[in-house]
Amino acid sequence: MTDGIGARVKRKEDKRYTTGSGKYTDDVRNENQAYAAFVRSPHAHANVTGIDASAAEGMPGVVAVLNGAELTGDGIGNIICGWAITSKDDTPMNMGAWSALATEKVRYVGDAVAVVIADSMEEARNAAEAVEVSYDELPAVVDTATAMDAGAAQVHENAPNNLIFDWELGDEAATDAGIAAASHVTKIDLTNNRLSPNPMEPRSAVATFDPAEEHYTLYTTSQNPHVARLVLSAFYQVAPEHKLRVIAPDVGGGFGSKIYIYPEEIVCLWASMKTKRSVKWTSTRSEAFLTDAHGRDHVTHAEMGFDADGKITAFKIDTIANLGAYMSLFSSAVPTYLYATLLAGQYHMPAIHCNVKTVYTNTTPVDAYRGAGRPEACYLIERVMEKAAREMGMDPAELRRKNFILEFPYQTPVIMNYDCGDFPGHLDKAQAAADVAGFAARKAEAASRGKLRGLGYSTYIEACGIAPSQAVGSLGAGVGLWESAEVRVNPVGTIEVLTGSHSHGQGHETSFAQVVADRFDLPVENIQIVHGDTDKVQFGMGTYGSRSGPVGLSAIFKACDKVELKVKQIAAHLLDASADDVFCEGGEVKVKGTNKSLGWHEIGLAAYTAHNLPEDMEPGLKEGAFYDPVNFSFPAGCHICEVEIDPETGVVEIVKFTAADDFGTLINPLIVEGQVHGGIGQGVGQAMLEQVIYGDDGQLLTGSYMDYTMPRADNLPSFDVEHNSVPSPSNPLGVKGCGEAGAIGSPPAIMNAITDAIGTENLEMPATPSNVWQAIQANQVKHAAE
Amino acid sequence: MSKISLTVNGRSISKEVSDNTLLVEFIRENLRLTGTHVGCDTSQCGACTVHVDGKSIKSCTMLAVEADGSQITTIEGIANGELHPMQQAFNDNHGLQCGFCTPGMIMAGIDMVNRYKASNKPLDEAAIRGELEGNICRCTGYHNIVRSIADASTKM
Repeated sequence: MTDGIGARVKRKEDKRYTTGSGKYTDDVRNENQAYAAFVRSPHAHANVTGIDASAAEGMPGVVAVLNGAELTGDGIGNIICGWAITSKDDTPMNMGAWSALATEKVRYVGDAVAVVIADSMEEARNAAEAVEVSYDELPAVVDTATAMDAGAAQVHENAPNNLIFDWELGDEAATDAGIAAASHVTKIDLTNNRLSPNPMEPRSAVATFDPAEEHYTLYTTSQNPHVARLVLSAFYQVAPEHKLRVIAPDVGGGFGSKIYIYPEEIVCLWASMKTKRSVKWTSTRSEAFLTDAHGRDHVTHAEMGFDADGKITAFKIDTIANLGAYMSLFSSAVPTYLYATLLAGQYHMPAIHCNVKTVYTNTTPVDAYRGAGRPEACYLIERVMEKAAREMGMDPAELRRKNFILEFPYQTPVIMNYDCGDFPGHLDKAQAAADVAGFAARKAEAASRGKLRGLGYSTYIEACGIAPSQAVGSLGAGVGLWESAEVRVNPVGTIEVLTGSHSHGQGHETSFAQVVADRFDLPVENIQIVHGDTDKVQFGMGTYGSRSGPVGLSAIFKACDKVELKVKQIAAHLLDASADDVFCEGGEVKVKGTNKSLGWHEIGLAAYTAHNLPEDMEPGLKEGAFYDPVNFSFPAGCHICEVEIDPETGVVEIVKFTAADDFGTLINPLIVEGQVHGGIGQGVGQAMLEQVIYGDDGQLLTGSYMDYTMPRADNLPSFDVEHNSVPSPSNPLGVKGCGEAGAIGSPPAIMNAITDAIGTENLEMPATPSNVWQAIQANQVKHAAE
Repeated sequence: MSKISLTVNGRSISKEVSDNTLLVEFIRENLRLTGTHVGCDTSQCGACTVHVDGKSIKSCTMLAVEADGSQITTIEGIANGELHPMQQAFNDNHGLQCGFCTPGMIMAGIDMVNRYKASNKPLDEAAIRGELEGNICRCTGYHNIVRSIADASTKM
């Protein structure tokens, strides 16, 4: 068959999206549907002194107005962070209480205090505006770097000085010694700008309670419906697990922000029980900016030592990470085990020490956003490398080459064990594709037109395939991070694959089918991927951390092993052959060295009629598997960005962007390249356009698409995406994961290109025309003074 | 409430609507044509783009009553037995991922190609990127959307 692994198969799922037939959560409308509108705090920090719902309750269509006291009174549990981090003094992290509806105190603008359930959306929203909440306003703390300062407002009583934990990784003494012994030390202070994920589909939930069965059904915009069911049941006590069905139908993008179980899903479920109505809530974009978990928001000082030959001696990092007003589900893992463990980058570093302090502020909670910790690590390392090369008068590519890890497996000083790679190969390929050799001439030509031209590198590595369960358990994770699959051969010979991975743009319905098609040499049309429904799929940990390929597909592959075994036994029995001689080819099951064969429909029928099966064989032909990875996978590559800047306006144009990536085995290069394009698009957004900004009073100033700059088509170039694949030895297919690399690798390449062009390192993301122009001016003033 | 009469995807419709009902609400909630999406509340994202009397319009910027007497085409109404060349081009060029912005992209793309053909202007990459200023996609980095529209423009 031509549509197996490596084929550029056009997506099977596209037709429903291109014809308007996709079914997203907001498209669900039940009989007698009621609608929820939330009453949200307009203050960043305040005590709630009273809620008067009497006017709202009398308004047309209002079914109920519910508040936090009733919610907690019904035993609904607080929202939790699922990864326990221990401070370096062995104390546990200071997790503050987070009720789905605030009771005594609100801690960020948008914190929900009550909900109105009404017959129509309009009636619900009108009544929500009529709920009178009395607040005693408190001073707010907003800024990451100063959140621990004496006198700063306190967000949670159990987190003195707003410190959640003070954590470290690596050998501090060895690192200090390495820095002290260095012949050159490069120092840098960087901010990793806070971002809003902005999947185009706003979050939505439709909850329905069946009183006779005491059963709940929740449609929701989730990347991991089984995790949602588990958490809603085990921790929030909304419903017992066997009485709760969670369906994540078509989901319009996630990028991390749809991993978490938010207050709105909890409240809709609870309200459906209280009101005996199906309750629907769909976020407005304004609510999305206020309440979808944000990403990044680090402030870092770092120092890297080099010997006289340019070899790295040590890397020391101090980071403050802002987690917002409450600890979201995986918030603690992002600036720790998903960040500090990648700080070796692609380089041999004898010693690394990283200290991370996380802080509460009166801002929206911060959690994983595309890349989650790894973009922050990569941005830091790659800006340091570029700065160091400039300070030492070395070519930035050569400094990288001099320090590349060349032998594998390689144990870094920060937990990770890289299983394979070809770092010089990625750089070679990117340099050739980007025509680095011709850059000097292009720069000179641009200068003749009064333009500044710059070129920047990023040689990134990240960790995907989250994650070996025992290892993450030992580091504080509250869940195992395996994946499960079931492969069903139907009596007519077609195949259904049930997977715990969730597709919300990744094209699993095509790429997963390709793997099974390849395995059994069947047409991809004969294979259907089923996902996103806890009543259909046995279990699953969902899609994030580019884990669907390395973990989800491995589970499918493992289930295929079991199916293949049984298929061979049935065929051998029916064809009077040895199972060892049976193989799959051309849509049939054949016997080696003979012309004997059976169609899959014949095998399927035999399995399900069970009239003539090998002795002791159970009827049926479906097998399940759980796959727990043995290691992370390590996608890596080289991004090269070339920019041209108008010094009069500060406007930056990306004239060429080249990516040479190693994702291991490529299942469908068409889909892989699409993931890279999208990732780079978000990377350009972070580097040049996007930033969540709060006023000192905690008011969100970037709360709409008129204030928060989303990348648009004319902000971006076309991208040159090359592959330099080294299959991973850590999983059966050799895949590494491709969902986040674009967003991880690209921001430093862009910033290194811009700083190369303007001749100063003093530039933070986003490199807006205003910021770039000011950096150019400041640099000119500095040079004039010298 | 007002009574409006209009044609939607070739079908004549008369309905009572509130005077403050947006056209997109009318399409999604009254007609249950849920292929037209809502991605923002400031008329920035273009997920709700439909054709009103042959022109591409963000249906969140218009009241349903303003559409009285109009011919409306939504994403559900452009395939004529087989996929419209723009729909096919998005599939051929992997011009979509999560699919949420896609209906708006396709409706904007068709209008764009029609306008450029009518005025005999070349629809090159820069023109397509400029014309897409009203439509936001978070998944694709626009690379394959641009290629899809360029491809469709040779087949329409």
